[in-house]
Amino acid sequence: MLTKEDTRKELFTMGHTGCSGCAQSMSVKLILEELGEKTIAASATGCLEVFSTRYPESSWRIPWIHSLFENSAAVATGVEAALRASGKKEGITVIAQGGDGGTADIGLQALSGMFERNNDVLYICYDNGAYMNTGYQRSGLTPYDAYTSTSPAGKESFGNPRPKKYMPDIAMAHRIPYTAVASAGYPVDLKKKVRKAKSIKGAKYLQIDVPCVPGWKYEPRYSVKLAQLAVQTGLYPLFEAEYDKIISVKKISRKVPVEEYLKLQGRFKHLFKDEAGRAEIEKIQKIADENIGRYGLL
Amino acid sequence: MAQNIRLMQGNEAIAEGALLAGCNFMAGYPITPSSEVIEILSSRLVRIGGVCIQMEDEIAALGAVLGASLAGAKALTASSGPGISLKQEHIGYASMCEIPCVIINVMRGGPSTGLPTLPAQSDIMQARWGTHGDHAIIAITPSSVNESFYETIRAFNLALKYRTPVMILTDEIIGHMREKVVIPEKKDVEIIDTALPDIPPEEYKPYNFKSGKVTPLAPMGEGYRYHVTGLIHSETGFPSQKIDIIQDAQKWLYDKIYKNIKDIEKFEEFLTGDAEILVVAYGSTSRSARQAISMAREDGIKAGMFRPITIWPFPDEQVSRLAKRAKKILVPEMNMGQVILEVERNACGSYVRGLNVVNGEPITPDMIYASIKEISSL
Repeated sequence: MLTKEDTRKELFTMGHTGCSGCAQSMSVKLILEELGEKTIAASATGCLEVFSTRYPESSWRIPWIHSLFENSAAVATGVEAALRASGKKEGITVIAQGGDGGTADIGLQALSGMFERNNDVLYICYDNGAYMNTGYQRSGLTPYDAYTSTSPAGKESFGNPRPKKYMPDIAMAHRIPYTAVASAGYPVDLKKKVRKAKSIKGAKYLQIDVPCVPGWKYEPRYSVKLAQLAVQTGLYPLFEAEYDKIISVKKISRKVPVEEYLKLQGRFKHLFKDEAGRAEIEKIQKIADENIGRYGLL
Repeated sequence: MAQNIRLMQGNEAIAEGALLAGCNFMAGYPITPSSEVIEILSSRLVRIGGVCIQMEDEIAALGAVLGASLAGAKALTASSGPGISLKQEHIGYASMCEIPCVIINVMRGGPSTGLPTLPAQSDIMQARWGTHGDHAIIAITPSSVNESFYETIRAFNLALKYRTPVMILTDEIIGHMREKVVIPEKKDVEIIDTALPDIPPEEYKPYNFKSGKVTPLAPMGEGYRYHVTGLIHSETGFPSQKIDIIQDAQKWLYDKIYKNIKDIEKFEEFLTGDAEILVVAYGSTSRSARQAISMAREDGIKAGMFRPITIWPFPDEQVSRLAKRAKKILVPEMNMGQVILEVERNACGSYVRGLNVVNGEPITPDMIYASIKEISSL
């Protein structure tokens, strides 16, 4: 049996102030179990930084740096390069972390530089599909038609007007040795990908779908279910790539219509009001079907 | 007719003031404590045929605003300390290319990520000197929600009239508190609109600094072709390395603001007529100062307040005028002492003391009252 004392020994330990059902904090715990204590992390501004480091309750039992919003990849580059130059890099994993905004928007330039240089850093993007820390504003990874505070739905709009940026494709376009997409709904798969990333030298990109209770507006008990539904609908394909080649995909075991996924979330509730909304759901189904075809998910 | 009175938040008042001023373009990026400005405009602008874009970062937000302004839009961005730091190169570009724009800075504690949810007044010098190179800028420090509304309108007017970036410096207190705003009829408010130059395109010089008159910036696409560059340029807009042109061009950026200071300055005096102790306070701190002065007056201490509303260009003349009479000056600020440096320059030998609170809490009337008491007995 897992005791309270055991959890104190975890590298990402108790005492943080993440929301009930926070899928990001669940993922971080699993990631550090794989990476081990010889890990140094740079973390961009965001929920994770805010909820896990409130003095005196830091949850991190590894060296940990809060960088800025846009620069965790650059700071991690410096850490890695300095360790390498002083002959201390062996056996140490350097990671950089950010949310979807800190990764795909404001931090993209620093991340692209890190990929291009092929620094021996694992970059982890916790993708909850909006700027949740500042009050749910849209990001480059906000899904099509999601309501956010800067992509409100109403008479003029169904919410976010563009699909998610294909961020893993951008990573692959840099021909880095390893790119992977994982989900808080599939912990074994997530841990396997972290393990693999740790074993590879060079720049790695790992993007994780982490449902967000207040941002997506659902009951906390649905966090894992929603993460799984995102995969089973085809909306969030999980795969691994080496350089520009996809080497594995997680197959859909039971295909689910996107409606099952959307209807549990307040950020999509405007799509269930009328016929026009129904037509939008069809468009989202098309995004899922295209993913299924593109990645061979069935 | 009944007045149109609404209860609203400071950030909301900025958005409403911008809309009344005819703002039709907003580009921004989420940052506490200013995000409400873009949130409100993201639903409002689209309904009136305007544009609101959430950009990929702070730098791009001001870049888009400058592009929109060159295309003839009345454009706004909103941010806070770290975001303003990122925008600084663009602020210099706007100054150099004389592109009108309004920049909202809802101040929070710094440096760096600092205190995202708590107030400060620590960007006064950043507003003035944050970008590199010599330039002038206009910055305004509203002290209430109502004033945030009206000063945003004035900021748009000044930006167009003087073709300059104008920064509104509120703080987390004013940005998030709720007060009443008296919303005027549009016809009752002075609004300067974008205009075409009154000369034909072939005679148009976009930077006619020799005339000493600010030419309207012709919107792109109206037949006025001209060159825009961040390089030092002549009146045509094309880059130049001739020493006399460089001198004139640099001086123009100062002169067009400082020679028009009478038109740009705005301030309030509170019981300064017989004041022996002058409190120079601005923004949210001036609210506490007003109360503290009333408390001191009850004790028979002759205190008064000078409140700059336009903080840049700094009202040198006004402060030195009052400093000559008042022998003691108190400058309470939620920073380590920024405006006090300007006050000292103009103090004419008077005793100047700062009251500096940088703990994320407002400066209370009691604290200012205690300081007044203390210096009154010196």
